[in-house]
Amino acid sequence: MSLWRFANPAAFMALTDRVLPALSVLTALCLAVGLAWGFFGTPHDYQQGATVKIIYLHVPAALMAINGWIMMLVASLIWVIRRHHVSALAARAAAPVGATLTLVAMVTGAFWGQPTWGTWWVWDPRLTSFFILLIFYLGYIALWEAVEDPEKAADLTAALCLIGSVFALLSRYAVLFWNQGLHQGFSLSLDPETNVADVFYYPLLVCMAGFALLFVTLVLIRTRTEILRRRLRALDLRAAHLREGAA
Amino acid sequence: MMIVDLGPHALPVLGAYGVSAVLIGALIAVTLIAARRARAALTAAEGDADER
Repeated sequence: MSLWRFANPAAFMALTDRVLPALSVLTALCLAVGLAWGFFGTPHDYQQGATVKIIYLHVPAALMAINGWIMMLVASLIWVIRRHHVSALAARAAAPVGATLTLVAMVTGAFWGQPTWGTWWVWDPRLTSFFILLIFYLGYIALWEAVEDPEKAADLTAALCLIGSVFALLSRYAVLFWNQGLHQGFSLSLDPETNVADVFYYPLLVCMAGFALLFVTLVLIRTRTEILRRRLRALDLRAAHLREGAA
Repeated sequence: MMIVDLGPHALPVLGAYGVSAVLIGALIAVTLIAARRARAALTAAEGDADER
């Protein structure tokens, strides 16, 4: 069985119709357990105090903000190479989700930065690259809305997605390229010396799974909506042709 | 009495959780409303097409 079978809109709709109820329940469960565990079940950090609880929102949101763009890049490349409409629509569907999660990462980062760094915002490499990523998300959404021909819009947004990927990768690795910024290094590491303590790590993993599931669930729902809108557009065009023929 | 004592950082922590809840809640609401509207519009359009 080929994965490309799901590039067919009817197969995609049938599959997601079956998968979405269970996926939604799993998402809600994961987020509820992860956030409740992190908020109520973990101690304060000896340096950061209670503000450490913000990582359960900030880190998963930032992770999915970057991964969201990477997913859009993969879907756009599939569109460019294989011309599967569902992949172009999935990329379009992911953009508002990614933009919102980028905003969540920036806002929660500001709430954490104020008591910790003494400032809400600083033009630090990582923060700046995230700001640029948000601009790219908004530009991507605007470009889809601005171009009427769906195929042309998919081509143009795929090109924009490719350019924006530079900033998505910069956002992830900015802490390695520049060390003069305020933002600390990776919160998660395979090195136990630099990884966050286990007491914070396990609820954080559950929250990351919850945010990843939330992203997938919302993108699937939005892709279905885009497919329905395409069908509606096709019906409208057919009705217009019939009217013209009758006139 | 609060269940969790957030100490002097109650405002930033609650602010972060509150704003995130509003943003993510709005995203979910917009997504579900758009899905429902698209389904309803398509059903109506398919009904019209059948009549024709």
